[in-house]
Amino acid sequence: MGFLSSVKPVCIVLISFAVLALLSFGANAEDSPKPTTTKPPAKPTEHGPIYTAPPQPLPEPEKSYLPLFTLNYPRVQIPFEITLWVLLASFAKIGFHVYHKITIWVPETCLLISIGLIVGAIMHSVHEQPPAVLTSSVFFLYMLPPIVLDSAYFMPTQPFFENVGTVLWFSIVGTLWNSIGVGICLYGVCQIPALGVQDINLQENLLFASIISAVDPVAVLAVFEDVNINEQLYIVAFGESLFNDAVTVVLYNLFNHVAELPVVDAADVFLGVLRFFLVGLGGMLFGLVFGFVAAFTTRFTRKVREIEPLFIFMYSYLAYLLAELLSISSIMAIVTCALTMKYYVEENVSQRSCTTIRHVIKMLGTVSETLIFFFLGVVTITTDHEWNWGYILFTILFAQIWRGLGIVVLTQIINPFRTIPFNFKDQFGLSYGGLRGAITFALAYTLPNTIIRKKLFITATIAIIIFTVFIQGISIRPIIELMNVRKTNWKLGTINVEIHTRLMEHITAGVEDLCGQWSHHSLKDKFMRFNNRFIRKILIRDNRPESSIVALYKKLELQNAMEVLDTISGDISAAPSLISMHEEKASNKSSFKPKRTFLASDLTAMHEILSKNMYKIRERTMSYTNKHTLPNDSRAREILVRRHTSIRRSLRARSFQGSESARSQKYFSLPLGQSLDTGYATESIRLNADGDPALELHNRSVRPKPRPRSKQPRFSTTRARLDPLQELHSTVNMEDEVRAEESSHRPSRQSSSSSNSRSRAPLQRHSSLGTPSVGEDDPEGDEQQLESPPPAWTPEPPDRGSGGPRNPLLRRAQWKPQDK
Amino acid sequence: MGSSQSAQEEQEYRALAERTGFSLDQIRNLHKRFKHLSHDEETLRKEDFDEISDLTPNPIRSQIIDAFFDKRNFGGNEVGRVQEIGFREFLTVMSHFRPLRQNLTEEGIERIRREKLRFLFNMHDKDSDGTITLDEYRSVVEELLSSSAAIEIETATAIADAAMLEVASVTVGEMAPGQVYEGITFEHFLEILKGVEIEAKMHVRFLNVDTTTVRCGKL
Repeated sequence: MGFLSSVKPVCIVLISFAVLALLSFGANAEDSPKPTTTKPPAKPTEHGPIYTAPPQPLPEPEKSYLPLFTLNYPRVQIPFEITLWVLLASFAKIGFHVYHKITIWVPETCLLISIGLIVGAIMHSVHEQPPAVLTSSVFFLYMLPPIVLDSAYFMPTQPFFENVGTVLWFSIVGTLWNSIGVGICLYGVCQIPALGVQDINLQENLLFASIISAVDPVAVLAVFEDVNINEQLYIVAFGESLFNDAVTVVLYNLFNHVAELPVVDAADVFLGVLRFFLVGLGGMLFGLVFGFVAAFTTRFTRKVREIEPLFIFMYSYLAYLLAELLSISSIMAIVTCALTMKYYVEENVSQRSCTTIRHVIKMLGTVSETLIFFFLGVVTITTDHEWNWGYILFTILFAQIWRGLGIVVLTQIINPFRTIPFNFKDQFGLSYGGLRGAITFALAYTLPNTIIRKKLFITATIAIIIFTVFIQGISIRPIIELMNVRKTNWKLGTINVEIHTRLMEHITAGVEDLCGQWSHHSLKDKFMRFNNRFIRKILIRDNRPESSIVALYKKLELQNAMEVLDTISGDISAAPSLISMHEEKASNKSSFKPKRTFLASDLTAMHEILSKNMYKIRERTMSYTNKHTLPNDSRAREILVRRHTSIRRSLRARSFQGSESARSQKYFSLPLGQSLDTGYATESIRLNADGDPALELHNRSVRPKPRPRSKQPRFSTTRARLDPLQELHSTVNMEDEVRAEESSHRPSRQSSSSSNSRSRAPLQRHSSLGTPSVGEDDPEGDEQQLESPPPAWTPEPPDRGSGGPRNPLLRRAQWKPQDK
Repeated sequence: MGSSQSAQEEQEYRALAERTGFSLDQIRNLHKRFKHLSHDEETLRKEDFDEISDLTPNPIRSQIIDAFFDKRNFGGNEVGRVQEIGFREFLTVMSHFRPLRQNLTEEGIERIRREKLRFLFNMHDKDSDGTITLDEYRSVVEELLSSSAAIEIETATAIADAAMLEVASVTVGEMAPGQVYEGITFEHFLEILKGVEIEAKMHVRFLNVDTTTVRCGKL
């Protein structure tokens, strides 16, 4: 599901690209002949005296007819082919998921490469060369940034910073270890005359080794996620893949430079080491600066919501390009930038921009990676290879050995510093998960042509990628499952767990302070305090530090409301009853339980929760994200939307007639604040009418009874806990919505600019506020009334006693449409 | 004389090390800290804790301090509070935060887990009656959220209510009408926090090397 939703935009964009390309193609086809036809009458007279000889138009007038159909393929060739490639690769991705079981056992990368191989075979059979698009500059300027931004942006921040030392240790030292170890060993092997590769010198070997030491465990991460592997291992694998790209590219550039030097002396080595650190730290600094600037900018984008996401991409890309300009580590820059700004930006931008940012980042990253893998498959078939058994086998062998050795040795060093040391199984998982991926291939493919053995290097790289991706990638799942590596239950979305996690953090920080020690927890505590006091004030518009507990709570409340809604429209018999915790406590002994009486108010309550929370929920407690699917927040929303749509549809079918229905719905999408108000007023009146003084307005709560059908815990939803009006005012999002609504309703409907923001998500709002009509149609709130067609929505609202506060609104609903 | 005193101290340390599982270096360190906090007295009082400036912004400061004066955390089966604690008690409470040793058996991990959870539970259960009542839970959540000023008491209450309901629905399941959930017992507490790797989360890396000397020297 999540996958499809992420692919859909890809396809849409691609199709629109294709259409655009066709259109521009057509337009140009029309444009270009025009001058030639208009030339004969006008131009010759002007240019005649100067050039004296434009005889062409006159002798053959029949050629200058407007051509009805022309082809201008060279003009569109490159974007056209790229588009087709992207499209093909995307189709391939859809294809894998049609039969879902494949992707469980065979990683997606394998399938992509296989498809690439097939396409390559077809191309080879018709003697077609793959388009020469993957050049060094294309790769580094356009394909690498999205991939890296993708991983960096979706890095789970908290566990990452908890393990940052280990991650950096493995990625920096580990990559150096691999490159140097493999490079020197290969150089040693090259001296064997039988292999016939004596002309590869040490520098070139090191360069090659640095290329193949970049691990890219996309496939492995997916497996780790599926089997719920422990958090530490996951984050180290994730982080390692991210930072060792940076290290690899730095090494690659370094060795690329060194490989061109005729002699290398000690000074060069020293400068190289110095440069290594300069480049890395410089990139980090750049990223930090740009991250903060980006966060600061989004503080002011409230009025220009539509370009909000753009800032994120532009700033990260700018950081990348500037770092590239200064030849410092551009990957480091973009990674740091993404990590820095993410937290602040997501609080500043609107929910929709936030979703857009995530989708676009994910989409670009996926496209880039998919293309490279696909291309890898094609290149494998279509190019001439220099196959050298010895060199390639030794490459694979050494890469495996040094990877394994490196992990074991480095773990022994880092373990004493870790609170949860890596055991042998973890180490195995880490080293076996060292697949080589897209970046490795791209780096090899974009090697400069001055390297004599470039073909051999490409061949060896492809060999090692295919070896690791196919053999290790496919076998890692059974092996991990067999070995029973330590597991963590990640997706614990219960409020108790969140409370206690926070509690433990505070306790540990407190105890550390007690001992007068500074370590991880107390440092984090101090940073958070500093963050809340200063950084957030500068960077975030509405600085209201919100605990993660509250964030989770709101999320769960929304989830709960959705389930209630689900129940109501699904099987009405399981409708939850209203009982407040407080009340339960107060009337401890009396077995008082209002069961069915509050159904209508229940609905209103639900509606209120929904409208209150719909734009409020920020996924700050982000769940782990698959590298290829977007975080799960979309799912909840989808359910919501679908649910609402169905309800609306049923309402429309039953109670509204003709065009009246559309209009009244438009009204219901109108004033958010008002409808909340009404919900409130109606609610209180109804309750009073029911004669239940025990229920006080401020501590009532909807308490769905735990249904056996779903095992998910239920939450009370106290009405007054988050004062809706206050929320409304303090939340810019909501205000914006309301304003946009009103502005789109008061003036004429034609003003597309004002209704712009509304039209983007009309479905959700419509439906969310369309809900109360269920309750309003039958204020007595009985189950039968929902089943039976409620009283038709007549122009004159039935003047019911309990429906007092609704009346003015209803009346407005009628004249509003006439107004325009 | 000095040597005999230190020898005696050494012996005491050894006994404590056996009891609490700390290493001698760690004990030496903690003792130094203890002395520093208590101004070279034999016992620590609440006022001494209040002086720790780093602790002031901690939202659950009072709970942490209370935990050090709670007899239930001293290892015995006593219940109640004390006014001042000696080094031995201090160390015993601290020992709840020792990180896991490597190569522990499953049962060992489970035991430590229970101990740590018991510590948390005692923290919530202020009146030592074996259950966390709703009011107790509410006050915990309120304190926890007190650091962010934007949250009203009502929100905290609501969250505590929701959490309580969650416990009820997880542990009891479907409740009969009129049935009231009295409070969280330790068994229920264990059950709701089943998935949390508490043994991996609630720990402090006690230093072997002395870093406090720098600060002590200044005073």
